[in-house]
Amino acid sequence: MLEHYLGIFVTAVFVENMALAFFLGMCTFIAISKKISTAFGLGVAVVVVLAITVPVNNLIYNYLLKDGALAWAGLPDVDLSFLSFLSYIGVIAAMVQILEMFLDRFVPVLYNALGVFLPLITVNCAILGASLWMAERDYTFVESTVFGLGAGVGWALAITALAGVREKLKYSDVPEGLRGLGITFISVGLMSLCFMSFGGIDI
Amino acid sequence: MSTQKEVLVDPIFNNNPIALQVLGICSALAVTINMSTTLVMCAAVIFVTTMSNVAVSLVRNRVPTNIRIIVQMTIIASLVIVVDQVLQAVAYDISKSLSVFVGLIITNCIVMGRAEAFAMQNGPWLSALDGFGNALGYSVILIGVALIREPLGSGTLLGFEILPKITEGGWYNPNGMMLLSPSAFFLIGLFIWAIRSWKTEQVEEPEYEISPNAHYKEAM
Repeated sequence: MLEHYLGIFVTAVFVENMALAFFLGMCTFIAISKKISTAFGLGVAVVVVLAITVPVNNLIYNYLLKDGALAWAGLPDVDLSFLSFLSYIGVIAAMVQILEMFLDRFVPVLYNALGVFLPLITVNCAILGASLWMAERDYTFVESTVFGLGAGVGWALAITALAGVREKLKYSDVPEGLRGLGITFISVGLMSLCFMSFGGIDI
Repeated sequence: MSTQKEVLVDPIFNNNPIALQVLGICSALAVTINMSTTLVMCAAVIFVTTMSNVAVSLVRNRVPTNIRIIVQMTIIASLVIVVDQVLQAVAYDISKSLSVFVGLIITNCIVMGRAEAFAMQNGPWLSALDGFGNALGYSVILIGVALIREPLGSGTLLGFEILPKITEGGWYNPNGMMLLSPSAFFLIGLFIWAIRSWKTEQVEEPEYEISPNAHYKEAM
């Protein structure tokens, strides 16, 4: 049983890396990867948000939205799955807002460094994507917790690695127009080519 | 009058959402494999961004800052559901091949980013122009990328044959990498290079200057 969970975790971190294999959450991925410390902070924020929202959405999906899920309330014929998008986004937005207030109060340095990109975690496709996948694959509650955690860790790993590459890149002599954003795109392209080699691994 | 024009035209090249503001990249990678989905995607994004900017701008003074994200998300999600339903009714085939990406407009940071950065501070008319302009800037890059990826990757454009493939008796050997997402990264990187070579004021300041080699005689 433990191996099963470990398998889900490793797959989510490496084989199905949110950022580099599925290109989710790219906007924040590229914009906040200039410094390792900030990138790591954002990575941690994403791990926290993912690890909470995916299991919560799992409960909502299994006990409220899924076809026949309302049987416990005496309504076995009701199928509310068309509401899944709105409720997932609702949970995510609420979580991010709470996290924003928490950081503003207790970790103002990180709050200022993240700036407009903190509210943008809400529209980080990685978060919504993970919830949708969880629903599609019919994970149980524990599986979805492990999956959310793994997806977050994979994303955090990728953004920290990119920040490392970019910290070195600023010492290199890049053509003028390519400096900054341009060369970042090309490095991410190369990194994702590398991560495609994990694609064949089946755990 | 001039501000209105600036708000509308600026995002297309001077302050492009993808090339300068780094917003809305996920979908740029996913939908640009062929031209028809790209065009529908652009139309959908233009509609959603413009309308959500207007709506957010109209309610901006009545929404407490602490719950603004949820309000914005609800507005955007509702608009996306409208787009999805209309697409299913009018163009079922395209909507089927695009279904995932239409949903992903909710998480397209351009929509949310402009609502947060512009519509929360400005009136509805200016916000509409801003949303339209930004979505247009996004479309320019997307169409540009699709214009390269579809012909090089599968030899067609909008489904018509441009480069006859070897497998069909032609001469062109399709570049398989153009069908994979990393190619979109490379292309967008090159696009940024092109825009910045043209608009040199967008070039980023180097954080670290490499000092030139000391001349032989000075070094002595």
